[in-house]
Amino acid sequence: MHAYANPTRFLAIAKPLTPWLLGAGLLLVLAGGWAGLAMVPGDYKQGETARILYVHVPSAWLGMGGWTSLAIAGLIQLVWRHPLSGIAARAIAVPGMLFTALCLATGSIWGRPTWGTWWEWDGRMTSMLVLLFLYAGFIALTSGDDGQRQGGSLSRGAAIYALVGAINIPIINRSVVWWNSLHQGPSITLGGSSIDGALLWPLGLTVLGFSLLFGAIVLMRMRRIIADNRVAARLRRLADDEGD
Amino acid sequence: MKAKHQRLILALVALCGVAGAGVLAASALRDEAAYFRTPVEIEGGKAAVDEPMRLGGMVAKGSIKRQADGLTIRFVATDGKASVPVEYKGIVPDLFGEESGMVADGRMRADGIFVADRILAKHDERYMPPQMGDMPKNMKAPATT
Repeated sequence: MHAYANPTRFLAIAKPLTPWLLGAGLLLVLAGGWAGLAMVPGDYKQGETARILYVHVPSAWLGMGGWTSLAIAGLIQLVWRHPLSGIAARAIAVPGMLFTALCLATGSIWGRPTWGTWWEWDGRMTSMLVLLFLYAGFIALTSGDDGQRQGGSLSRGAAIYALVGAINIPIINRSVVWWNSLHQGPSITLGGSSIDGALLWPLGLTVLGFSLLFGAIVLMRMRRIIADNRVAARLRRLADDEGD
Repeated sequence: MKAKHQRLILALVALCGVAGAGVLAASALRDEAAYFRTPVEIEGGKAAVDEPMRLGGMVAKGSIKRQADGLTIRFVATDGKASVPVEYKGIVPDLFGEESGMVADGRMRADGIFVADRILAKHDERYMPPQMGDMPKNMKAPATT
């Protein structure tokens, strides 16, 4: 693991990997989106509105998966102090927040015709909104600090914040089981899926596709942060030389 | 012991502590964070007359009765163990129907009828194509070629 924590080695892998992830992700999202919108039938009860799940479910997965990776990066930062983990956490935060917002928005649009309301303060919706605020807090915390001077690593406070915020992830996941809620229970569990196979397969495509896109975005953002750091370091050296 | 091992142990202990606090908080919230109450909870005395609350349950089969004024409906909400009669005046969501879930905002009246100000339909976790379910005609998808 130490070998890949070196930014130069990381770049040697990330650079060629990015276009592949981006291309495969776009292709899968388009294929899954087309299949979900045009090929499979609507739901027996909800009709056409059920199709929003092909965007809603991947968004929820990436919003929650994003924070899980961000917390792992925070732990690695705290314990092993790899510079790359802080860079990864910074890179994940923005797309993670974006997908969380997309999840809330699609859920709200679906809720209006299905439940009869745009928003209710039930356990699932409230905990997902908390996740959005956690992302906003993390972005605020890490954009105001002196990250470039530290090579992109997180401050201790930001790393602890990332770890503590992870408590919300199992709460989101279990919210529909622990508390009775307006949101339905889990459709896909270890025991199987209560989404019929005829409607399920495009979801597999979009979940995988959005995940690859997410990976591509994170790699691009990490490369940008590394490049910014190098520019800042070089400028500092130049300024020091002139000062002598 | 190396410094990074110390940090690892410290981080894991702190994480367990915070997770424990989270679980305790969540279990303490168990009743308070519930979005609605079920008929069996209401029968168990958890509903004072005129206290604003939400009632959730399945609409019992054959129980929806439209009243003479054409706007008011009455139905029975059930959770399989207990049932509560509900009265509501207004427009219900499309997915509201017998043998499906609903959540009603309102209060218990002294005569034991729950008077709802608002009704939401609750969807369950099942998704399937129309030919497998008995889809009402008015909701059938337009034919796609």
